[in-house]
Amino acid sequence: MYQVNEEGFYGQYGGAFIPEMLYPNVEELRNNYLNIIETEKFQKEFKQLLKDYVGRPNPLYYAKRLSEKYNCQIYLKREDLNHTGSHKINNTIGQILLAKHLGKKRIIAETGAGQHGVATATVCALMDMQCVVYMGAVDMERQAPNVERMKMLGAEVRAAQSGSKTLKDATNEAIRDWINNPEDTYYLIGSVVGPHPYPDMVARFQSVISEEIKFQLNQQTGKKNPDYVIACVGGGSNAMGAFYHFLEEKKVKLIATEAAGMGIDTDETAASLKVGSPGIIHGSRTYLMQTPDGQIIEPYSISAGLDYPGIGPVHAYLNDTKRVEYLSVTDDEALQAGYMLTKTEGIIPALESAHAVAVLQKKIFKDNDIVVINISGRGDKDLATYIKKMKK
Amino acid sequence: MNRINQLLNNKKENILSVYFTAGYPELENTETIIVELEKAGVDLIEIGIPFSDPLADGPVIQQSSEKALANGITLSKIFEQLKNIRSKVSIPLILMGYLNPVMQYGIENFCRMAAQSGIDGTILPDLPLDIYEKEYKELFRANGLSNILLITPQTAIERLKIIDKATDSFIYMVSSASTTGTKGISSDILQTFTEKIHKAGVQSPRLIGFGISDKESFQNACRFANGAIIGTAFIKALSKKGDIKENIHQFVNKIIES
Ligand SMILES: Cc1ncc(COP(=O)(O)O)c(C=O)c1O
Repeated sequence: MYQVNEEGFYGQYGGAFIPEMLYPNVEELRNNYLNIIETEKFQKEFKQLLKDYVGRPNPLYYAKRLSEKYNCQIYLKREDLNHTGSHKINNTIGQILLAKHLGKKRIIAETGAGQHGVATATVCALMDMQCVVYMGAVDMERQAPNVERMKMLGAEVRAAQSGSKTLKDATNEAIRDWINNPEDTYYLIGSVVGPHPYPDMVARFQSVISEEIKFQLNQQTGKKNPDYVIACVGGGSNAMGAFYHFLEEKKVKLIATEAAGMGIDTDETAASLKVGSPGIIHGSRTYLMQTPDGQIIEPYSISAGLDYPGIGPVHAYLNDTKRVEYLSVTDDEALQAGYMLTKTEGIIPALESAHAVAVLQKKIFKDNDIVVINISGRGDKDLATYIKKMKK
Repeated sequence: MNRINQLLNNKKENILSVYFTAGYPELENTETIIVELEKAGVDLIEIGIPFSDPLADGPVIQQSSEKALANGITLSKIFEQLKNIRSKVSIPLILMGYLNPVMQYGIENFCRMAAQSGIDGTILPDLPLDIYEKEYKELFRANGLSNILLITPQTAIERLKIIDKATDSFIYMVSSASTTGTKGISSDILQTFTEKIHKAGVQSPRLIGFGISDKESFQNACRFANGAIIGTAFIKALSKKGDIKENIHQFVNKIIES
């Protein structure tokens, strides 16, 4: 019911709104992705790498002190413990294997915070593939250590100098590169965004998160399902991964948090579902932040990974159908949640993930409610921001 | 008959089409540019609707769009500027732009206003063919708008056939796998491309665009199609100092002088 249809749509959202120049590439993917990723050989290779290279399964950790503090049963899904420090690597492992099957030689990617760029550069090093990462010139300054990390991994980092020089523009540049290199190049997208089949493909690669949650929760508690699953959304890949196997389980309540930035009543926000409207962004029909004239608005969030003016089409659909409840969390609320989790459990979450943790301060749960929060990444990359804001 | 088809009936070779970004270099240049292009002998004009995120465009057209938006151009403003254009020029006019601003304007309003302004066709590169046929075709036809489709050297033969069938004026041949403004065209690529087009049995007239910048590349492109389209090089000419009318005439003269 929540799966993509034959034409690549979730309800009225999704599709492949791409210029003809990209048609052969996207068509090649559309025709082949399921055939390839559903084979036993592919799945075996994928699972093996997730286990031996990424370190999966990562723990579903019962957070005792946090549970006492908020008077419910809180479990943290520890994507922060993955190799490279976030859930992004699940997807890049899957897509690099697919690119190899398709005989591609060169990988391109976009990145905002640098997490997806690092995860892409990492698998390219692993597979000995040429790697070019586009990053907004402004983000390259904001996230300098990740730029060096990518370079050390052998990737070429190209600055996107157009527009506002952030994630949206890096994505534009990656798409332009793909147009200019239609034969040997594979575009490794970092979230459930872009033209069909990317949103579905990325969701499938990330679905390992909910597969593990289901299994681990059952082992630890004997329960089939949690009462709540909570995740943050930028493009929406860690949320889709955490929700995937619960979508059809009507009793499981799903909550996703968008970045409100300074607040949804200000211009400094990235809450696409709250302040946006349907349109076309990066080849997909979905909610996006735009002017009445249809120009895309530059978003703002303290967290570079959530600083995107669109949202994956599947989330636009899950919002319309009310299957998922979307909340918005401000910079300040996320920071407070980040400090709180650090002090209570000794876990420094990525600022993105802190947006999911902040739900604990917004919603009241019953004492026997099982609440799973997806900690999509670790906070190392955000230490400078945490420290700066702490002193204030 | 639609003005584009009239042109294609009357002129089988060396058709010159020029693209410019509405609202660039100055907000109110639209009418001047159209009028002077016709006077200078251009056969067809593509009026670009600026978009904040032009995926298929290189730096020159990106920057012209950015400047035009900063100047305050909007689709409503473009239609305002075109209100009396048909009392001034008679060559075919095409609106070219990305889908999102058109969607926000409202597709029905867009078609109605385009028809009222005397627009003959549209090029909407990110509007997929299947969606166009299913959702928009009747509306476009009812408003006398020809929707022009793109093909590239990578387009498969089967798809060339489908696109040819869906075409009611001309096909836009993208000269090579690239965004706009890449330097030059290649006779080898165009030769192979044209052979593939013939093999597919394509009947529609064709114009070649992307990478055509001067008399030589224009003439070269015209060997493989009914004409060619110049965009980036014209934007560069508009960006030059001096009188805009003179710049336009100088640019076009250099292309078509014999
Ligand atoms: C740790 C972390 N969480 C979440 C995100 C947001 O992406 P998505 O919504 O696709 O999970 C990012 C993106 O950079 C990230 O690094």
